[in-house]
Formats: sequence, structure tokens, C-alpha cells
Amino acid sequence: MSTFLGMPTTAPRGVGNLRGDEPFPAAARKALGNDQLRRNLGHATATIRAKSGAVIGELPDWQELRAAGSALKAATMARLPELLVELEEKVTAAGGVVHWAADANEANAIVTDLVRQTGQRRVIKVKSMATQEIGLNEALEAAGIEPVETDLAELIVQLGHDKPSHILVPAIHRNRAEIREIFLREMPGVDPALTDEPVILAGAARRYLRETFLSTPVAVSGANFAVAETGTLVVLESEGNGRMCLTLPETLITVMGIEKLVPTWQDLEVFLQLLPRASTGERMNPYTSMWTGVTPGDGPQNFHLVLLDNGRTAVLADEVGRQALHCIRCSACLNVCPVYERTGGHAYGSVYPGPIGAVLSPQLTGVEDNASLPYASSLCGACFDACPVKIDIPSILVHLRNEHVRARKRPTPESIAMAAAAYTMDHPRLYTAAQHAAKLSKYAGRRLPPPLNGWTASRDAPKPPPETFRDWWAKR
Amino acid sequence: MRIALFVTCLADTMFPAAAKATVQLLERLGHEVVFPPGQTCCGQMHINTGYQREALPLIRRHVRTFAPYDVVVAPSGSCVGSVRHQHAMVARSAGDEGLAARAEDVAGRTYELSELLVDVLGVEDVGAYYPHRVTYHPTCHSLRMIRVGDKPQRLLRQVRGLELVELPAADQCCGFGGTFALKNADTSTAMLADKMRHVLDTGAEVCTAGDSSCLMHIGGGLSRLDAGVRTVHLAEILAATEEL
Repeated sequence: MSTFLGMPTTAPRGVGNLRGDEPFPAAARKALGNDQLRRNLGHATATIRAKSGAVIGELPDWQELRAAGSALKAATMARLPELLVELEEKVTAAGGVVHWAADANEANAIVTDLVRQTGQRRVIKVKSMATQEIGLNEALEAAGIEPVETDLAELIVQLGHDKPSHILVPAIHRNRAEIREIFLREMPGVDPALTDEPVILAGAARRYLRETFLSTPVAVSGANFAVAETGTLVVLESEGNGRMCLTLPETLITVMGIEKLVPTWQDLEVFLQLLPRASTGERMNPYTSMWTGVTPGDGPQNFHLVLLDNGRTAVLADEVGRQALHCIRCSACLNVCPVYERTGGHAYGSVYPGPIGAVLSPQLTGVEDNASLPYASSLCGACFDACPVKIDIPSILVHLRNEHVRARKRPTPESIAMAAAAYTMDHPRLYTAAQHAAKLSKYAGRRLPPPLNGWTASRDAPKPPPETFRDWWAKR
Repeated sequence: MRIALFVTCLADTMFPAAAKATVQLLERLGHEVVFPPGQTCCGQMHINTGYQREALPLIRRHVRTFAPYDVVVAPSGSCVGSVRHQHAMVARSAGDEGLAARAEDVAGRTYELSELLVDVLGVEDVGAYYPHRVTYHPTCHSLRMIRVGDKPQRLLRQVRGLELVELPAADQCCGFGGTFALKNADTSTAMLADKMRHVLDTGAEVCTAGDSSCLMHIGGGLSRLDAGVRTVHLAEILAATEEL
């Protein structure tokens, strides 16, 4: 990015699947009306919460681990540029090829070209948020290349022509009856007698995928971590599909956000304890794959690493907001969020839903492009308590709301009312007069005028009391 | 002890019963309560809606008003949360280090009611009498921002005649969230529906909490349904005696 003369004054904003079609309140309204979705989400998030809570409770040093994870991420971000260069050197020395992508379009073009050079028309994919973010599947399809998702939930989403609604459990909005219908409709060669028993559904996916694993020599993955000092890439998954994709093909292309680095191998010790317990509620991650460049005669013989910025440098520049880059994509904040539990992930528009999405998406795109997301929270703080790397999501939300308000060019009815309220409250005599006006108000009970009608749509307004506290106090 | 009451704008204007109860309770326990007259609003609504610049004079006013007092109490976990976790932050972002330091000083002497009673005054039995079946909703800011823990329940368990019933999924937000209740009214209502269901499941006559704001939301929903359960601030229960 540091080209002379042409050097940009601000970092580029993120493009790709980071913006929704409509503001959060409108999208949420639709989702709230979907009873099946509400039930599926309520059941799934409660199950994960209980499982995760139990295994976290087993660790006496969970709070110390969180603090260590937070400190490691902060230290990494403080010297991200030099660590990235170190990673590039180590990956290259180990036989890999490193590509730098300023945004989603560049990353898609790099990956598409790399696949084309292999002459293949199909790639197998490991579940990856980075490739969902950049819309890689759509880009590959446009180039005549078929991407096949091999994570079970991601496959359900792909076969259902759907979008992921959760970072870790992308088909969380579907129940098994719906999954059976999708498989029957879309899965080539599926047994028409398919039932909705989980083991039968998984078996159907396994038969379909096994053939694809064995016949596809190019894979695309994301990465959970990259170790700068060794050039090692790390993928955590729980189905074994990732291990297949990372070991069987001849060519492996990994797309990774630039924030996924850890400086040293030893740092993984902390994150490999934090991530499984916070995400799937497992004590130890089932399949942890690590590879360093190319090993002759073993595994993929061509390895490409695409380092993705797509707005991350802009996030890094924000002193308050940059901690959103510490995220290890565990989804704990989604699972505890009372808003997410009721609206689901699609309402957030971006591929990053829930509390972390509400702070990450607006920063990647610039807050003006995702202006409703920082307000999609009651600031209840459950996300902050659940986050394994202690990202203070409520404070970032408040910060982004302030950024959004300050960036507005013209006054709005809200900004005028807020300014008037602040002025009134800074003048006790005006404040007292306003209190008395509220007391005399004919508006109470079941219907308030706009903008307060949102309140009385579902709640009665309190009846103003006969005297305020300070009136009572003055008479004592 | 001489205690300054930070009444909060909402209790002052809409829910004076909670504020009066705070005064009566502390006086009954033998303390002197003073009401610094310059106080209005802590600015939390402005801060949480994105108007930090507008909140700055309110923070300045709050800090100036309460600086002379050794102990400040508010019948609200949320407003105490704003004083403790937001005032200095907003002052600092505005480049006013002096105000930030003074705000931190005031915040260090500001307590939510149950904290004041249990931690500072060292009482759990405040001599109250309240012969009702009651469930307690721990508000998010009292639970996760200022971490009052189980102090409110410890106080409630000592109230004579009171039957305390546990609220299922108590730690889930009721859906109020300040201007969230207006900006995302549908989602807020969906959260409220679940909270009301849990309150009704307890069979309690009264739902109590340490924040008038959340109670206004829960109570407004229960009232709309004519559900036959009322919301009462924790201070009012603790202030109630057989004599009243």
C-alpha cells in the first residue's frame, strides 16, 4: 500500500458481502415474524450456551486466559505490519507463495486466476468467513468454476441457495426437517428415502462429499491463525472435512484476513484453549490442522496464501474500534445476544452478524454504509462478558454511534431534539419547567405521538406523577 | 452518614416514589440525606445515542454538583454505570483530562442503592415489611456494568413477609436499552415478550428491579396486557414498613 505518489491518504474500505439490502430494524421486523426461525434460534443458542458454559466453568483460570488472549491480540496489532512481513518471509522460505489483496475484488481475482492456472473447473472449500466476506463463491461461479462447500452446515446453506446466519453454525436458522427437504431437492444422487435423523442426514452429506474430495485437486480454505515466526497456518474444525481439503489436493489456496496473525508458536497455547470452549463448547478442538509451506511428497505441492485487507487497515487506525480485529470468530457473542437470538443473522445484512458484526461490519465498510448496525443492541453487555478475548463490544457500539452522529452533514429531527434536551438539562429552571410540562401532558397510557409511538405500540406509557421528586423535596 | 442523593432525571420526573423511598429508607437507618439542587441528568441517553458532544455539559454539571460530597447514592444501576464507565471516557475523548480526573473521583464515591446499603453501610436487614410474592429482575447495567451481584437479593431475603421467587432466565435483557426501545421497537418488544412470560411464570404479584427505566418498560408491557402484575422499584420495597 505504501506506493510513493499514489499512496492513499486513507485506507480503502471493505467491499464484498458486508452490506445488507435494508436497515436492521426493517430486516429484523421480517425475521421476528418468522416463528420457525425464532424457535430454531432459541433452541440452538440455548443449547450452545449451556454446553459452552459448562466447559468454561471447568477452568479455574478462564479469566486469566481471556486476559492473556486480549493482551496477545493487542500486542500483535501494535506491530502488525512487521509481523505480516515476517509471515510472508517464512511462508515463502517454506515453499509457499504470498499474495496481498487490498480488497475483496483483488482477492477474488487472485484466487480465480490461481484456480484457472490449474486448469480445474471445481474447487473444494473449507468453511471460511474470509471467503464468505469477499463473495468468493459467486466470483468463482462467474468464472465458470464450481465451488463445493464441505462443511456440513455450509453445504446446507449452499444447497439451499441461502446465506449463512451464524459465524460458526451457518445453518443455525434451519432445523433438521428443513435440512432434509433441502437435501432431497438439491443433493445429486441423494437417497429418496432420506429421513430427518441427524445421523442419516450426515451420512447423506458424507457420501456426496467423499466422492468430491477424492476427485478435486484444488482446495480453498481460510485460516484461524497464522504464526509469524514459523509461517505456519492453522485451521480448526470439527468434522474432518477440513483435514481432507487441506491434505488431499495438489493445490491449496488460503484466504486470510491480515488480523489473524499470532507472533509466536507458543501464543497458540492460549487461543487453542480459548476458542473451542467459547465456540462449540468442546474442551479440545477435534481437528486442528497446521501446515508450513510445502512438504515435498506430503500434502498439497502448491500452496498460496492470500492476505486480505478489505477495510481492516482502516479499522486498525481507530483507537477504540481496533479491538474488533482481536476477534477469533468463536461466535460466543452471538450465542448470548438477546437481539441475535430473536432476529437471527440475516437481519444484520453482512456476513458478520450479531454483536461482533455490529461493530466489525460498520468499521470495515465505513459507518455510513452500515449506519443501523451500531444501534442494533440494547447495550446489555452479555457479549463483553462472553468474549474469550475481552472485546468491549458495548463501548465500541457507543463509539460508533457517536461517529455516525458526528458524520451526518445535516441536522435531523433526532439531533435537534437531542440538542434541545441537552440544553434544557443544562439549565435547571428550564428542566423544571419541562418536568411540569410533562406532568400536564395529556399523553399517557396507550398512545403517544411520534417519535414515541414506537414505545406505545407494545407498552403503556407511565402516567406522570402529581408532583416531581424535587417538588416534594422542596416542600419538606 | 451524610449522603447526597443523585435522584436521576427519570425517577425525579416520572417515578418520584422510588426516589422518596430512597430518602425515607436512608433516614430510617439514621443517615442524613441531602439533595444537591443543581443536578439534572447524567447524560447517559445522549452518550448511548451517539451525542457525546451534547452530553459533555451534562457531565460537567454532574461532576460539579456532586464533587463536594463524600458519598453519593442513586436508585439506578444504569445511571451509576454511566457515571462510572462513561463520564471519564467522554471527557477524555473531548480532550478534557481535568474533567476526566474529577469525573473519576466522583465516580469512586457514587453507589447504587444496594451497593451503598450492603458495602458501605454494612446492612442487609433494613427492617422492611412487604407481604407479597416478589420476583427480582437483575437489570443489565447493575449486573454486568457495575456488578452488584446478589446484593439486591440479599436485601430482599431479609424483608419480613416477602416471598422471593426466582425469575427464569433472569440475566437476559428485558429489551429496554434506552433509545433502542424506540429505534428497534420490534426487537425490543420481542425481548419484552419473553421477559414478561418469565415474570408471569413465577406467579409473583410484583416484579422488582433497581432501575426505574427497565421497570417502566416491563411494567408498560404488563400494563398493556392487563397482566395483573405490577412493577415496584427495589427502594420502595426496602422502604416499606408495617407502620406505613
